[in-house]
Amino acid sequence: MNIFKLAWKNLIHNPLSLLLNLLLLTLGIGLINFILLLNTQLKDKFDKNLAGIDLVIGAKGSPLQLILSSMYHIDAPTGNIGIKEAKAFLREGHPLIKKSVPLSMGDSYKGYRIIGTDYSMLELYGASVAQGEKWVKPFEITAGAYVAQELGLEIGSKFKSSHGFNDDEDLEHEGTFIVVGILEPTGSVIDQLLLCSSRSVWEVHKHAGGAVADHDHTHDTLSHVVQDDISRSSLLLQEEEEITSILIQYVSKTNFRALNMPRNINENTDMQAASPAYEIPRLYDMMGTGTKALQLLAYLIAIVSALSIFVSLINSLRQRKYELSLLRVLGGRPISLFTIIILEGIIMAFLGFLLGMFLSHSAIALLSESLTDKYNYDFRAWIGHGNEVYLFIVSIALGFFAAFIPAIMAYKTDIHKNLSQG
Amino acid sequence: MLSTKNLSHSYTKDHKFSFPDLTCGKDETLLILGNSGVGKTTLLHILAGILKPNAGVVTIGDSELYKMKGNKLDRFRGQNIGLVFQKPHFVSSITAEQNLLLSQKIAGRPIDKTKVKSILEKLNIYKRRTAKNYQMSQGEQQRLSIARALINGPKVILADEPTSALDDNNCESVVQLLQEQSKAIGASLIIVTHDGRLKEVFNNYIELS
Repeated sequence: MNIFKLAWKNLIHNPLSLLLNLLLLTLGIGLINFILLLNTQLKDKFDKNLAGIDLVIGAKGSPLQLILSSMYHIDAPTGNIGIKEAKAFLREGHPLIKKSVPLSMGDSYKGYRIIGTDYSMLELYGASVAQGEKWVKPFEITAGAYVAQELGLEIGSKFKSSHGFNDDEDLEHEGTFIVVGILEPTGSVIDQLLLCSSRSVWEVHKHAGGAVADHDHTHDTLSHVVQDDISRSSLLLQEEEEITSILIQYVSKTNFRALNMPRNINENTDMQAASPAYEIPRLYDMMGTGTKALQLLAYLIAIVSALSIFVSLINSLRQRKYELSLLRVLGGRPISLFTIIILEGIIMAFLGFLLGMFLSHSAIALLSESLTDKYNYDFRAWIGHGNEVYLFIVSIALGFFAAFIPAIMAYKTDIHKNLSQG
Repeated sequence: MLSTKNLSHSYTKDHKFSFPDLTCGKDETLLILGNSGVGKTTLLHILAGILKPNAGVVTIGDSELYKMKGNKLDRFRGQNIGLVFQKPHFVSSITAEQNLLLSQKIAGRPIDKTKVKSILEKLNIYKRRTAKNYQMSQGEQQRLSIARALINGPKVILADEPTSALDDNNCESVVQLLQEQSKAIGASLIIVTHDGRLKEVFNNYIELS
């Protein structure tokens, strides 16, 4: 029967107040950890998907929307831009542009986006083919690792795409895609995408119902040689076609002319240029307001839990004043009484920390399912954010300070006075 | 053995308790009688090393009690003085047996489960060892309280009104128990009480006034 055991016995002797304290601690610590986890995972996702992209060019509209749709694939695109107009930025040899990646969107399969692009996309995200090969012909798909795993796609799998980004049977297109390759996992957004040539995206929309039927280049008139040519120069020949956006890496991020490029585009063309370096912090800011309110609530609960520990310890001291005097009579030192009370606070904080960890990770696990459904983002619920040690120290400190005054009172127990009253 | 010399204590200027010198040898029993307000509890606490008197000396064995301070006095009290309270107090979150084990631990004695068992058996409460104090009867609690006073083999056992709440039969058996057990471990037994019934049992008594 040591002091630690005695502290524990004292705690479970009052199960209701232990329960209340643990509940508050778990909520407070759990909520704080939840926010930390969510922020870290979101930031991690956003940072990984930055992929060194300096500029996104697309149709006019909200710059944030353009970035979200083209870089993170979580919003609708702002519209399309004509290749004729975009040509200058897609051409090889632009003095300011190191790499440009064309994106054509519009279709999805079971909620996963089909992106028409060329191999520069793979270079941008550092992706390589794990099985099979890269797409060449129209309707050939190379699938990202995550989407292949989730949808059980294999080489040779065939599917029909849906118009838009929701899984909607009514909007199913005619064209049948075939999977020719699967990519290695990269941890970036490309894992969630189905990649094909831009031509595939055009073709599928032509079959859909003649919205672009007045174009000269219909499927039937195109020669197979041109169809199979997915080089950049071949893309640029299709001046009447449209793409959705272009991802751009500058040669030099600090070049004065490069810094002026977005303004030139925005002022002098029908296109829009948005810079992630400017928009992403804005996005964090917007998310920040929400998390700040949540954070405030979390701190409030943590403070209330400290108060609750404090009050319940003070109350239990009142009930236990004979017990404490007794311990002194039996030879206990004042510091032992101090330690017992402090231990009671710390044990509660420790349990609250463990339960809070469990709660927050469970919440992320639950949330990740709905996030994955909605945005195709896989949140990993059971990895940490690296700052658990600090949260642990803060939790234990909370238990310590909540118990400190009661412990001092126990330390100062006046045996003679207490026992005279009894 | 225990002896005192010139003990006096006052809580306020006008009110001063002066106590007669006491001696109680090994195996002996001393009864201290007195009505409420004559300083019984004050004397008991002074003898128990809980309350430092304004003047005078308490000697237990070879040690002068109030020459020791702080942790040393706490340790000495735990090992050499067994207290039996009027109302039995226990740590109520743990069982009867654990209370005795805790007493050994706190006094700095080795944990000795067989000793705890034999004392519980001797006091006829071994069957109740897993009960918490509030689950035990008054008599059982009283016996557990005596068991705790004995567990560390003290030199002196101090009993504060051990019989005042008991009927005649129980009164007699508790006093008998206290005497037997103190003798068995060779301790001095000092009973502080206002219970006049005890005068008939003990010939060695002092009346406070």
